Amino acid sequence: MLFLENISLAISGLLANKMRALLTMLGIIIGIGSVIGIMTVGNSMTTALTESMQSMGATNITVSITQKSSSDTTEGGMTRMFRPSTPAASDLLTDDMIAEYKAAYGDDIFAIGLVESVGSNTAINGTQSAGVNITGCNLEYNDVANEEIINGRFINEYDIDNSKPVAVVSDVLCDELFGANVDPIGKSFTITYGTKIYTFYVVGVFTYEANGFTLSSTDSVPTTTMYIPLSTAKQIDGASAGYQTFTVVGSADAPTDFLDQTEEFFAYYYTRNSTYTATASSMASLMETMTEMVGTMSLAIAVIAAISLVVGGIGVMNIMLVSITERTREIGTRKALGATNGSIRLQFIVESVIICIIGGIIGILVGLMLGAAGAKLLGYAASPSISVIIIAVLFSMAIGVFFGYYPANKAAKMDPVEALRYE
Amino acid sequence: MPNNTQQPLSTAQAELAQKADAIRQSAENAAAATVQGQTPIIRMENIVKSFYIGTESELEILHGINFEVYKGEFVAIVGASGSGKSTLMNIIGALDKATSGTYMLDGVDVSKLGDLEISRIRCEKIGFVFQTFNLISRTNALRNVELPMMYDKVPRAERSKRAKELLELVEMTDRATHQPNELSGGQKQRVAIARSMANDPAIILADEPTGALDSKTGRLVMDIFHRLHEQQGKTIVLITHSHELAEECQRIITISDGKIIGTRPRKGVRA
Repeated sequence: MLFLENISLAISGLLANKMRALLTMLGIIIGIGSVIGIMTVGNSMTTALTESMQSMGATNITVSITQKSSSDTTEGGMTRMFRPSTPAASDLLTDDMIAEYKAAYGDDIFAIGLVESVGSNTAINGTQSAGVNITGCNLEYNDVANEEIINGRFINEYDIDNSKPVAVVSDVLCDELFGANVDPIGKSFTITYGTKIYTFYVVGVFTYEANGFTLSSTDSVPTTTMYIPLSTAKQIDGASAGYQTFTVVGSADAPTDFLDQTEEFFAYYYTRNSTYTATASSMASLMETMTEMVGTMSLAIAVIAAISLVVGGIGVMNIMLVSITERTREIGTRKALGATNGSIRLQFIVESVIICIIGGIIGILVGLMLGAAGAKLLGYAASPSISVIIIAVLFSMAIGVFFGYYPANKAAKMDPVEALRYE
Repeated sequence: MPNNTQQPLSTAQAELAQKADAIRQSAENAAAATVQGQTPIIRMENIVKSFYIGTESELEILHGINFEVYKGEFVAIVGASGSGKSTLMNIIGALDKATSGTYMLDGVDVSKLGDLEISRIRCEKIGFVFQTFNLISRTNALRNVELPMMYDKVPRAERSKRAKELLELVEMTDRATHQPNELSGGQKQRVAIARSMANDPAIILADEPTGALDSKTGRLVMDIFHRLHEQQGKTIVLITHSHELAEECQRIITISDGKIIGTRPRKGVRA
């Protein structure tokens, strides 16, 4: 009962001094707002990336050749993956290696996806055009890519053996090139590579799914993947036999250290190679690295937030002390009317907690807006973390109690005679 | 040498004091005669109040105060400023504790109570009316009257009902939802009187209740006290420096230099 009275009293007090209340809350607002904002962006990023990684198969192992670092201190998949390199034909992973690998680990392997990336290009049909990433692939590749074929079929053995000019394309591309209500199977479009023009026939259509890595605005047609037979791709770009990278899908009963075993197996072929070695990585290991990064970022934010909240809390304490001095007579009167020290203390703690909670709520709203804006700017769907919001509210309450206790206690211990005499 | 000159002076002082004592005693007897056999609401025995205790500048403000107030009395404590009447009021109101002596309020020995019990005493037994009204700002008249009941944990509905009745008693019903800063001095004091009545206290302790008011509104406020005294039988202790105001009360206790120098019934009937 006294508690509810105190709440309405505190709110009316704050309303009477709006500017002061706002300035008092500012520290809390900035502290909570920045945490929620950054956490929302971070969370949106992680959610989007995790989703797209899972859709790509988080357990898929990517075997690639990478440059040996002279000091050999390179660590983590990220650094290795983005190191620029131009390997010679003798440095590439060969079909023989893959065959031996298959012989050695047959049971653990579900599929091996081989690719030859021809790069970005433009598919043209008359006046219509759309961006494509041309990916030459083998038969098993769709076990890696997991594209949902909604019309026609994926690349088959015949296509590969005969280097057929066939393509499996996205529904988005079909709509753009051939129109929305036209069956695209059997239709053709052209690709220009170097000085040559190639004509491709659509044999299959898959559903396009936007993923976290695609940073394109929604109003233009996205660049989608176009799958062609591996042999056809090699003919186009004139690549030598062998691969810079390929993907292994482990079977359900593959051992947990399959990634390490795979890396060890292929690295063996490169022991005498002075510039290149083979490495294996998976989205899972990549995700681990990312989670670690996000964790470090969160910790840094938490420290900054803690500092700003302590500063905010000191602001609250300062204003509470001012408020108590201003209201000395009120405190004296309340004591004369029968208020116990405890009820005076409660009154001022409630007031300070309310300041902090209102500040916290404004901070959360500001943070959510910032986070949503930030996430939108980066092209992710905003996904605020409920747990962070709850923690923020509880934390601001705790600040209110912690920094409100000293002033409230000072008020509670006032001598009623002195307080009533205060001018 | 100084002894010789001082000797007769102190003798004279002692004589004067004895006379004063005799006068006081007879007056007390006269006043007490009407309430013989009753337990007093207030009984003070040898109340001494000192400040800065144990320091070189120790200052004794009250030097052994003895008096009693009985149920239904309207008593004035009158004295010039600096006479110790405010200190005495603080002790009567349980806002302060005496350095020594016994203070019995409605049968409770206040001098022996802890903080929490003192708060209860102030809440239940004493209704304060201050010179400067001391209404809680940003809280309307009704809520101000409810305040002592809130501290007495009276349920909300009952609280609000009683507060409305009390505001009616002081003819402030139409201002119930007004904030203190929307009320005139006289109106504020009427709300304060209603508030002092909230928990039906044993005594109403009014400290210069008309001090901040003009004579007309002061009259109005005094009329309310008389009404409360006559119609509701309230025990009222009025602290004032004004002899004129004191004369309105049934009994007048005069305090000077920290001592009670006289207790007498009022001279005539209030006009």
